[in-house]
Amino acid sequence: MLDWLYAIWPGLQTSVDLLSLQPPGWGGNLLRGAVASLQIALGAFAVGLVIGTFGALGKLHGGPVMRDLLAVYTVVVRAVPELILILILYYAGTDLLNQALRAMGQRPVEISGVVAGIAVLGIVQGAYATEVLRGAIQSVPRGQHEAARAFGMGPVQTFRRVTFPAMLPLALPGLSNLWLIATKDTALLAIVGFAELTLETRQAAGSTRAYFTFFLAAGALYLVMTLVSGRIFGWIEARYRRGQAAQ
Amino acid sequence: MTRWLNRAAQEVLVPHRLIMIAVAIGIIVWAGMSMRWHWIPRYGDLAVQGIWRTLWLLALSCVIGFAMAVPLGLAQAAGPRVLAIPARAFCTVIRGTPLLLQLWLIYFGLGSLFPQFPWIRESELWPYLRQAWPYALLALSLSFAGYEGEVMRGAFKSVPGGQLEAARAMGMGRFAIFRRIWFPQALQSALPTLGGETVLQLKATPLVATITVIDIYAVASRVRQDTFIIYEPLLLLALIYMVIAGLIALGFKLLEQRYNRGMVG
Amino acid sequence: MKTFALMAATALVAATAMAQAEEVRIGIAAEPYPPFASPDAAGNWVGWEVEIIDAVCAAAELDCVLTPTAWDGIIPALVSERIDAIMASMSITADRMQTIDFSDRYYNTPTVIVGQKGIEMDATPEGLSGKVLGVQVSTIHQTYAQTYFEAATELRTYQTQDEANQDLASGRIDATQADSLAMDDFLKTDAGACCEVKGTVAQDEAILGAGVGAGVRKGDDALREALNRGIAAILEDGTYEEITVRYFATSIYGN
Repeated sequence: MLDWLYAIWPGLQTSVDLLSLQPPGWGGNLLRGAVASLQIALGAFAVGLVIGTFGALGKLHGGPVMRDLLAVYTVVVRAVPELILILILYYAGTDLLNQALRAMGQRPVEISGVVAGIAVLGIVQGAYATEVLRGAIQSVPRGQHEAARAFGMGPVQTFRRVTFPAMLPLALPGLSNLWLIATKDTALLAIVGFAELTLETRQAAGSTRAYFTFFLAAGALYLVMTLVSGRIFGWIEARYRRGQAAQ
Repeated sequence: MTRWLNRAAQEVLVPHRLIMIAVAIGIIVWAGMSMRWHWIPRYGDLAVQGIWRTLWLLALSCVIGFAMAVPLGLAQAAGPRVLAIPARAFCTVIRGTPLLLQLWLIYFGLGSLFPQFPWIRESELWPYLRQAWPYALLALSLSFAGYEGEVMRGAFKSVPGGQLEAARAMGMGRFAIFRRIWFPQALQSALPTLGGETVLQLKATPLVATITVIDIYAVASRVRQDTFIIYEPLLLLALIYMVIAGLIALGFKLLEQRYNRGMVG
Repeated sequence: MKTFALMAATALVAATAMAQAEEVRIGIAAEPYPPFASPDAAGNWVGWEVEIIDAVCAAAELDCVLTPTAWDGIIPALVSERIDAIMASMSITADRMQTIDFSDRYYNTPTVIVGQKGIEMDATPEGLSGKVLGVQVSTIHQTYAQTYFEAATELRTYQTQDEANQDLASGRIDATQADSLAMDDFLKTDAGACCEVKGTVAQDEAILGAGVGAGVRKGDDALREALNRGIAAILEDGTYEEITVRYFATSIYGN
């Protein structure tokens, strides 16, 4: 069908063959890596949101010591390169875990690459999420809080029914940015040896020497992921802004 | 100076802060005495070279990237569609793919094309095409340009249109308007973001170690591999990056203060 | 608070990743290293070393699981118990023996310098002076090159030998120092047509080691002896030759 294209562009045929989904093409491997990347990114984003919520609330309503500790956490994570944080957290984290297990008399456990990647990236995402959520919560007009108190709502109820829905549209741009950072940071896990898209690409390129082809294909896959995510976040933001003044 | 010192003292000389500072100093002293640091003198020279390489890669890539970002932002904010659309496409692709992938594509991807063009080896550029730092500089600059192009687009759009119209009405030429009214105000509004982005660029520099550029991260990797010590080089490395990031943040704060002199709000 | 946090973390992780009692996790390098271990298009690991691992484990009656780990961090992975053994073409050297123990060797091949065909050089510091030499990080080749060649030769360190070979084919580096069998495999490919073997480096057993062995944690004698039993068994009953003959022309056990 595309023979005329293959005829005028030599080398395209081999490139397409290399990328085919069935072995001996490497396309299937790349897609598996992309799925692994998405899994890690989703997990890390979720963990980051949880840490960020507690962090933001701690920074806004916690005591002075809590606020200072959280400030140290966010400053360190935002100043030290992710690659170094990943290495430190990976080695230190598994070491501490295995020491704890040994202290309790259990055999050290093997943490799968996906879980470790999620934990490590989640901690990095948590620092950024803390700042985004804190800014968003602070932007909710204080009058709404006071009105909720006047109605006799407890803190949890206030958060669930007043603060959270109001802050979500304000936080969404920052959160969508965080999601993009999460998907791109999964590439760094290739340097630590976790199986995800960038590592699969490097293995495929190394085995077949078709570096250009595979890196372009991986770039295209990442681009598809980010463009689709951007659309989804835009749709969520539009839905949550229903009824609000146009931006 | 005394006012700054007074304010600093007010923040620090609070009971819980003093205790936390004491605990921090205690941890640092314990770390200094109980962990292994014997390798520092041996690798001191190499470390200084590595820090220098990190710093000049950072500075040069930010300058070149910013120089590319201004036309990219301008094209998207006010340009004809034939310029705006490629600029937007460039920024989208750069921001949508990981820097590591871009770096490897530029270094190994281009490298894999060299054997097909034997005349490259005779050309003048060959000594530069052989080394790794030009590719690292190119990738970092393109990445910075992609992100800052987006920032500058917003910055150029944020300057009130009325000022530009007034300048036009007074007969100022297009380039004069840009140089004296549009660009300075756009730069002023973008400066805080640019500071943050420069720190992000610093955090991206360790990746160049994967394409054989010896920056401070590569030196730490060599120490870890020669001595089999796992944590100490990484911790010292984190400290070095925190210091550099702090200096960048301080520099941009001073720049903002100076730039905002006489500005309202 | 700390205990609670540790226990909560443990419970969370234990719920997501269980460890079998008898499983032995054999660490191999996540980066391809043909013909010893490389992934194929279906994601399975193939190569001489992979088959030897299967044979040794079968002979020693161990339940082995191949665990690809970044070469850069493979010894820390062993020390912090993420893997139980390393069988990734790792040479037995005095430096490494300070941190880990080794089994008996299972192959030993010389180290060669492979360089561009048009350039005059040999495998000595004088022969390489003024040239650009590429090596893989965390290998005996990097240590050897840093000890003998660094004074007069520019060294470039790569994450994988594949990338060094790629740069050799592009002409960015003049030569690379690596294991002779891995380079034989490269020279047979299209990209390898650029280059030829320039010579074998002078032996230095302290750095280049006494062959390739399986790494285990210090004091893990049970596993070490099991692996030794397996290696001896496959050497004796001919499995070793049978596997080797399918990949290489001569025996690679060394003497």
